[in-house]
Amino acid sequence: MAPGTLSKFLKGGAIWGFIVLELIFFSVAGEFLSLSDKAFMDFDNMLLLFKQSAPIGIVAIGMTIIMINGNIDLSVGATFALCGIVLLDSMSWPIFAGLGNWVIPVAWALALLTGILLGALNGLIVWKTGVDAFIVTLGSMLGYRGLVFMYNGEQPTSHLNWTLVDFAEAQFFGLHTPTWFLIVVTAALWYLMNRTVHGRNAFAIGDNREAAINAGIRVGPHMMINFMIIGFLAALSAVVFYSESGSVNPNDGQLYELWAITAVVLGGTKLSGGSGSILATFGGVVAIQLLRKGLGHIGAGTETVNLVIGLILIAVLFLDRQLNIKGKEALRV
Amino acid sequence: MTDAPGDRPGRTSGPRQEEEATGMSKEQIGRFLARQGILIAFVLFIIGFTLANNRFLAPDNIMGVIRSSAILGVMALGVTFVVISGNLDLSVGSMMSFSAIVVLDLHDAIGPGLAIPAMFAMTLALGAFNGFLVGYLKLNSLIVTLGMLSAIHGLTLTYSGGKNMDIADKEGTWFGVFGQGTILGIPVPILIFALLAAILGTVLAKTPFGRKVYAVGGNGVAATFSGIRRARVVFFCYLMSSLCVATAGLMQASRSLGSQNTVGQGLELEVLAAIILGGASLMGGSGTIFKTVIGVLILGFIQNGLLLVGLQFYVQYVVTWIIIILAVWLDIAAKRGRLLSAIA
Repeated sequence: MAPGTLSKFLKGGAIWGFIVLELIFFSVAGEFLSLSDKAFMDFDNMLLLFKQSAPIGIVAIGMTIIMINGNIDLSVGATFALCGIVLLDSMSWPIFAGLGNWVIPVAWALALLTGILLGALNGLIVWKTGVDAFIVTLGSMLGYRGLVFMYNGEQPTSHLNWTLVDFAEAQFFGLHTPTWFLIVVTAALWYLMNRTVHGRNAFAIGDNREAAINAGIRVGPHMMINFMIIGFLAALSAVVFYSESGSVNPNDGQLYELWAITAVVLGGTKLSGGSGSILATFGGVVAIQLLRKGLGHIGAGTETVNLVIGLILIAVLFLDRQLNIKGKEALRV
Repeated sequence: MTDAPGDRPGRTSGPRQEEEATGMSKEQIGRFLARQGILIAFVLFIIGFTLANNRFLAPDNIMGVIRSSAILGVMALGVTFVVISGNLDLSVGSMMSFSAIVVLDLHDAIGPGLAIPAMFAMTLALGAFNGFLVGYLKLNSLIVTLGMLSAIHGLTLTYSGGKNMDIADKEGTWFGVFGQGTILGIPVPILIFALLAAILGTVLAKTPFGRKVYAVGGNGVAATFSGIRRARVVFFCYLMSSLCVATAGLMQASRSLGSQNTVGQGLELEVLAAIILGGASLMGGSGTIFKTVIGVLILGFIQNGLLLVGLQFYVQYVVTWIIIILAVWLDIAAKRGRLLSAIA
């Protein structure tokens, strides 16, 4: 075994090990503490878990490629809300009145287009001005939220289309619609990042931007494409979520970015860029949702979830550093 | 003369490129305008809003704006230290909720005189934990404070059981003085803000500790080699931040004598927006308390001005977005000497 293989394995498989640990813990603890007599590892319960983690999961998958690229996007929550509003509001526009249920794909397309545009705007600003993505998206987080409010004031935007709700709640081959979306997005982006030129370049840019420029990679367009992808995914997340719920509150999606980043970091992707894994983020998403459900299952209040996730995030960061410290012999500063 | 050409951040950049060709002095003027662009924009905003509504510059309006910015401002003072040292603090919002809830709860349990120091001790402990993780364990500050944002929010909810906290006897307590009182006609929140800004400004600009903060943020490795204990400096920056947060929590609790669990939610990013507007770099090593105060006031006056001309509160979000991007862009453009980035 080559040196470093063990720590590499530990790091790569850590999130899955963590999930297994969670499952064992909550199953055992649930036996003693839970008020319900259903087992935690119930099949329906697990199906529901995937369904519930889909909206955040889709955004988190997108956040992974942004962070691999060495950027960050804080505006996904506001993009999510704005696309939700476009989705629901466009279904009641008079010009689409004659379409019947064909208004659904039109509304979806409009919402997804909005997401791509908002992402492209972020990407263009990052590319052309050279301002750090953290600041750009911090600004657009405020700006897009302002647009959300300007659309419909402080009123919620609601539109229930029962065909759409039925579709969103349906199960195909045993899995819920949102779960399918999550799986397809994960597979597509895994392919994009691991099997295409764009993916390889995105890794290269995140690892060392100067070197990437010197190697002739056009850094700007790649970053912009990634921002468009995350805009699209935030919109897709809104499509998945609001197709079912049918009502957007102007404050929806707040702290979304923070949950997504938490899932990405749990999956082991570095903030500094250049490394990360789509599948591990998927694991991170599942781990967080498992934690939420598990804590509920053993009777802990919802407030404990925040506490536990926060502490786990810090613990993961600490462990990751301890695993990395060997071999590097970092300067003691 | 200096005000005339550089009136808008977006416009100064155009003439700037011509100036480079013509000569040094003009370039210096351009650079000066770019550096002070935010101050000039601020003056122009004030002139514009005054023309639109003559109540804008009325003393009571100005007093009102500063008073309502004071809580955000006090938090921003502390975070300025953290940002200059090259780190971030995203936990200040939920930490402020925590201190407001705790001081209100303890107020009824052990009385205000004991509740305030107890709350300060608890908030400082949270700040010390942040400082320990970032300073001594050298963990990434963005993720640590993100985790703490979540964890402290959970802690607050656990503490309060999810309920809003209110003081039982609102008439018979002197606790309201920090948020509602006035001394010589000046509201106490403004006095606290001004006093803290003066003290922390002096600490940052005139003391060895302040210079160490700049050194650590500017180049941590160089600072270490010149004998500065980086970990300790970062630790005290976070302690400073939590001290300011505790003060802000006290002001918030005292202003309304009651509080929700989420009173500080989202403030961490508004604080950062104010600091960025003031011109500090998130990479560390630059920024001053004075600039942060200006940033806070710009946010406050824009909000107030837009309300006075009859726009809804949420228009300020969009305006803030545009101003932040332009301000930072202009600053960077001035440093690199060209408007657009060199990225292909």
